[in-house]
Order: sequence, then C-alpha cells, then structure tokens
Amino acid sequence: MTVVDPPEQSAGARAAARRERIAGWRVGVLASPAAPVYGALIGVFVLAWVIVTIDGGNFLTVSNIVNMLQRSVALGIVSAGQTVVILLGSLDLSVAQLISLSSLLAASTMDGSMANFLPAVLVVLALGVGVGLVNGLVITKLQVNAFIATLGTALIIQGIIQYRWTGPQGGIPNQFSNDLGYTRFGIIPMSIFLLAAVVVVVWFLLTKTRFGYKVYAVGGSEDVSKLSGVRTHRTIITAHVVCSLTAVITGLFLAARLRAGTPTVGTDGGYDLESIAAVVLGGTALMGGRGGVIGTIGGVFLLAVLDNTFNQLEFNSFLRDVVRGLIIIAAVAVYARRQEKKA
Amino acid sequence: MAEKKLLLQMQGIKKSFVGVEVLHGVDLDLYAGEVHAIVGENGAGKSTLMKTLAGVHPPTEGKILIEGKEVQFAHPAQAQAAGVGIVYQEFNLLPDRNVAENVFVGREPLKRGLVDRRKMERDTAALLEEVGETGFTPRTPVRWLSVAQQQVVEIIKARSLNARILVLDEPTAALAEHEVELLFRLVRRLQELGVGILYISHRLREVFQLSDRITVIKDGGVVKTLKTSECDQRTLVSLMVGRDLDAYFPERGRPEDLGDVRLETRNLNTALLRDVSIKVRAGEIVGLAGLQGSGRTELARAIFGADPIDSGEVLIDGKPVKFRHPRQAVKAGIGFITEDRKAEGLALAQSIADNMMLAVRTVMPARKRRAAGVMSNKELAEVTELKARGPEQEVRFLSGGNQQKVVLSKWLKTKPQILIFDEPTRGIDVGAKAGIHDLIRKLARDGVAVLMISSELPELIGMADRILVMHEGKLAGELPAGASEPEIMELATGAHEEVAA
Repeated sequence: MTVVDPPEQSAGARAAARRERIAGWRVGVLASPAAPVYGALIGVFVLAWVIVTIDGGNFLTVSNIVNMLQRSVALGIVSAGQTVVILLGSLDLSVAQLISLSSLLAASTMDGSMANFLPAVLVVLALGVGVGLVNGLVITKLQVNAFIATLGTALIIQGIIQYRWTGPQGGIPNQFSNDLGYTRFGIIPMSIFLLAAVVVVVWFLLTKTRFGYKVYAVGGSEDVSKLSGVRTHRTIITAHVVCSLTAVITGLFLAARLRAGTPTVGTDGGYDLESIAAVVLGGTALMGGRGGVIGTIGGVFLLAVLDNTFNQLEFNSFLRDVVRGLIIIAAVAVYARRQEKKA
Repeated sequence: MAEKKLLLQMQGIKKSFVGVEVLHGVDLDLYAGEVHAIVGENGAGKSTLMKTLAGVHPPTEGKILIEGKEVQFAHPAQAQAAGVGIVYQEFNLLPDRNVAENVFVGREPLKRGLVDRRKMERDTAALLEEVGETGFTPRTPVRWLSVAQQQVVEIIKARSLNARILVLDEPTAALAEHEVELLFRLVRRLQELGVGILYISHRLREVFQLSDRITVIKDGGVVKTLKTSECDQRTLVSLMVGRDLDAYFPERGRPEDLGDVRLETRNLNTALLRDVSIKVRAGEIVGLAGLQGSGRTELARAIFGADPIDSGEVLIDGKPVKFRHPRQAVKAGIGFITEDRKAEGLALAQSIADNMMLAVRTVMPARKRRAAGVMSNKELAEVTELKARGPEQEVRFLSGGNQQKVVLSKWLKTKPQILIFDEPTRGIDVGAKAGIHDLIRKLARDGVAVLMISSELPELIGMADRILVMHEGKLAGELPAGASEPEIMELATGAHEEVAA
C-alpha cells in the first residue's frame, strides 16, 4: 500500500508519518516480542531435521510433524492461559495440580457413560472458575504475592487429590476418549483443533476486547492502571479465571488421551513450570505488560521440537533437562538485551 | 470574575492516615477558565489534597462540590467520570503501549462489544490536533517519546475524559526550559476552552506567569488565597516557609578559595559528546547548562565511568585516569548525585542508614573507615539537617528534600574530592532547596570541586562561579558568574551560531 501525503499536511506531520511507517514495521514485525522465538523455532527445526536425518531417523515426515503437534496440545492449552496471567504481572503455579484434579473429576462424574458427558464438563469448568476465583481473590483482596498464593492453592489441591484418590480413576467412556483424544480429520487429530480454538479465543480476548487491553495495562503498571480508572482487581481475578479454565480444559483432554483420570498427570508433565517456560520463551515479559499468546505457541512448539529430537536421538533424560534449561536462560538473556537496546 | 462559572468547591477537607491527620480542613475553589496555583513546601499536603479530589484517598471529612453538586469519589474512575483529570508528578503512562492505547486505557471505545482501535486512533489524533502536537502520532510507542511529549499525552488523556477540572502536579519538574514554553501554551489553550486548572508548582516564576489566583498551603492547612496580581514573589516565599528568605542563595566563593584544577576533560568524545574539554578547580562550583539532550548528563556519566569514552581523556589532579566502571570513579574520589533520585540514587525500600552506607561499603572496608575519618550517620544527619524519624526509617517515606540529603550523605561518606550534581533540587521545595544550596557551597568551601547540572537557570546563576553551556553534545561557551538568563539561553539553543553564520 502506498500512502500519498495530502499537500496541506505540515512538514512536521509528514516527517512524523514517515517515521511512523518505518516504526510500524519495526514495531509490527521485527520488534514484536514473538519475533525471536519464531526465528529460534525455524533454526532449531532445521538443525533438528539435519541431525535426526543424519542419525537415520525420520523428522520431516507428515506423521512425525503431526506427532509433534499432538504432543504440543496439552502444554499449548495451559500455556495460553498462563500467558494471560503472566502478561498481567502475575503467574499461576497451581495449574499442574488443577489439571490432575480436573481429569479425576471428569472421570468420576462421567462414570463410564456418555450421558454424563455434559454434567462432567460443567463440573470441571465450575472447578476451573472456582480455583481461578480463589487465586484471584487471594492475590487481590488478601494481597498475597501471586507466587505464594498459587503455590498454596497447588498444595491444597494436591492434598485433596491425595486424600480422595490413590491411583487412576476409571470411568472415562470410550467414546469421549476416542472423540477428543484419537479422532482424526484426514491426518489432523481433533486435539489440534482444540488447541487452535483455545489459542484463537485467548488471542481474541487479549487483542480485541477491553479485558485484553486492561490485562496489558495492569501488567505494564498496576498503579498507572488504577489511577487511569481501571478496576485492577476485577481484571486480575478474571485473568486468573481464564488461566484456570485453560488448565481444566487441559485436564479434560489428558483424561481423554489416557482414558482415565490420573492423580499425577499434571505434575508428571510438569505443566506448571513448563507452561511458564513456554510463555517466557515466547517473549512475554515475566514482569508483565509485553508479549502475547502467539509467541507462547512458538515457545510451546520449540519445546516440542526439542523433545521430539531428544526422543529420536535417545538422549539421556538428565542431559535433556540441562539443554532445555540452557535454552530458557539464553532466551531470557536475549530478550533482556533487546529490551535494553530499545530503551 | 462574577460571570465566570464556579466549577469546584472543596470545603473543610480533612484527611487522616492511620489516625494521623495530614489535612486540617482545607477550603479551595476553582472557576472555569481559571488557573489556580497551589504552592507550599513538600509535605505541606498539596499532593494529598489532590488525591482526595481524584478519588485515590477519599477525604475523612469535608465536602467536594462540582458545579454546586456534592460528589463523593471512592475510586479514581468516579472522579474521572465527574470531569476531574489529574496529571501526576510521576508520569502515569505505560511505556510498552502506544499513545492511543495510553490515552484510552481502561475505557477503550467499543464497537459491537469489541475494542474499536480505529476510532481510538482517530480520536487520539483529533486530540493531538486540538493541542497542536505534530511531533508524534497515536501509534507511536510511549517509550519513544520525550518527557515533554509524554506530558502532552497525559494532558490529552485528561482532555479525552472531558475533564473540566485539570490538576497539574509539578508539570515542569521534568521539563527543560524550552519545553516549559510549550506547556504554557497548552495551558493557555485549555484555559480558552473553559477548563479550570489547579496548578501545583515549586517554581514561583511560573506561578506568576500563569496563574490568576494563588493558594498557599502549609502543614496541611490553607495559609492564604491571594490574587496573583496583588502579590509578589517575596511575599509568597515568606508565606510558604513562614519566614523571610533574604539570602536566597549562599554567597559565592572568593577567588582565594580556589585551588588547583581537580577535574579536567580533554577532547572527550563519546556516542553523544563531541570534543568536550572542561576544567573544574578545587573549591569551585561550575554550573553546566544546556537543554535536555544537549549532553549534560552524558558528560557526567562519561566522567563517572558509567558510559564508554571513545576518545579523549579525563584527568584527576592532573593525572589521566581511565574508569571502566563507576566503582573505580568512586574509589578515585568522585561522587555523582544523579538526576533520578528514586531510580538511580536510592534503594527506596531500605533504611536511611543502609542508604547512607551504600557507597562506602563497596569501596572501603569497615576497618579503614575510622582511620579515614568517615562521618557517622548521625553526624551526617546533623550536617545535612536531615529530618527523619530515625536511621531505620525507609527512605521512600521521606520528602524529596530529605531524600536528596540521604543521597548526598551517601557520597559524603566516601570523602569525595569531586562532586557532580545532576539536577540537585528537582522536585524539592523552597525551604529544603536553600538547605541543599548552602550545603553545596559549604562543600566547595572545604575544597571539593563541584560540577552542577541544572535546568533551573536562576539556580545555576545564583550558585555557580562559572557557567559552561552545552549544545548538541558540544561545549557552546563559557560565561562568568552572574550571567543573565538570555545569555545562557542564547548559547544553549544555538542562537549564537545562527547569528555567526
């Protein structure tokens, strides 16, 4: 698109408009917080492809790529929610336990029959709203630091799980499991549509609604937002509800995949810290106010590619964690440098 | 005055925090199209008063009437809705969001339930046009704006709420001299639009230039409300501090107090400086003038080892030195009182004692301090006339003037031979200012070489033994003590070059 400046514009306005166009590109594409993660994703992807192929494995095959995508679903959904609270300057450490509890509740409520499908979903969603409300209220009204507040919630949920369940909970109907966990449209698994839907909804919330604008504002500065008339407490509570909802959806999905509710599915997957890592890899500032869900998905895919590569190369699992740790630290260092340059 | 509409009445406003009353029944009114200045020392209660109006701290007692109707604000949003806009001293903008997003934060226009970004940008552009700002657009990230431009954003943000009552809290504290003129134009434009403006400032000159009436506040109560045309600066100062300030500035140094050249730079070049050569003698206060961005602060940072030097050298007592880190500069006896007290000068959440010890702890082991004759915290508090509850008080609870005294104490501990002050009295009230000025002069008399950066020309003229003026990274010229403001501004704006060319 070419822009012709009308002749009556002043020199100052023209100069400003020109700066703006250049800036638009810098802001829009290169300076977008998500840019480095996609750069890194492409780099790691190509590197993985070369290494795995040399090693004699299959990397760039349809089935392997679909496999990687499928493995991103659970982490992707919960990370989308985690993005919202981190953008706000908060965080949620209770998602892993919440995932476990929602998978257990889904299984026990369905009790082997698809007739109970709707009640089960409602129960689980209500659980999500409830936990989100508790997190949000404790953080805003009791002024407890988010780290401690959600850690406390995590422990409480952990206690409830251990009191009530000692092992997997049956009761997931086969039909539910097949529909959500194993159906494919052509080669694309149903679950990828679920991930896409959650990501689109969160993206929409963040970029198109007042709620989203408020999340960025509160994350930028809670004081500024408050003095500007934003009801910061409501925003923080709502964001935590959104985050917990994504966690329970993840729980439902994992129950379908595993055909059972499991007391440790969330903590085994490390979804609490992994989701935070994905968000940070995706360029969202841990202090809040800058970033977005698009970057987070890049972060999730990056972790998935790494996992897949490590699997194919039969990497020692300890070494895996070392490499992943190094990558996360490097990512944050890169973002810090970019931020310094811009300021 | 009679035909003007009464916009705001505040009657008998009292405010207590945890049982301590800080406002004791303040009365204040404001007419449409009026600039009503509010002056008073820091801690007099001006900001608290404004916060009761803004709904940040609802008053404990008293009434607020807007256009004759009583209102009660429990949240800033309610005050905004009633047409009260406040531009705070510390800016309230989100650096990572653009101008339009900042202007409409929390009340983004909606279309079918979704944020109407286009309308938001259009409306912002219209507001920018209203005030005649062409330097940036609604989409510019706030991070990229200068302080003065950020202030314009703050003001149009208030305007976008249809604010009929606009409170400007120390609006010029962070502005350079030429930017102040732009602000004044903006204020007059708003006046024409019928906005009533409450203007809080320490700079009395501005108050006289702008205001119709002045209210003096002291210790949480109104001392007097006067018509600007019926009073002068001296009356006002004595009302504010409750005493006469005859010697506003301390006496200048005598020629025999001057010692050898202590600090010297030779053809200093950095990313922002071009061939800067200066000399500061022991016992001398050298003023450094210039517009914001002219390289004043950059020169100080380069000397202090905070920014890399491309070429040229820095000499202390005639010996060339190379500082790669401020720590080396501190060890060599330089102290740097930075412009941004809160961000660069103090650990706000720590105690006065810890802050005072901050620099000396890093450069001198405890066992050497006694031998070196380092002053104790108590002595420093006496020397600087620090007013605080005790050494354990957190510095964030101190007034601006007392905070600055803590910063100064921190450096005095290191027994500096060279002190660089960057805007030493920014945001500090008249009484405390005089105290800081006295202290700076006393240090010079004791043989310290002082380089003092300031945007307040009267301060530079009153304090400095010599004034160096910077313009676009270069030294534009040198003026003797007692130079006039026009002389300095001519050099600072580069006007002399145009004449020559």
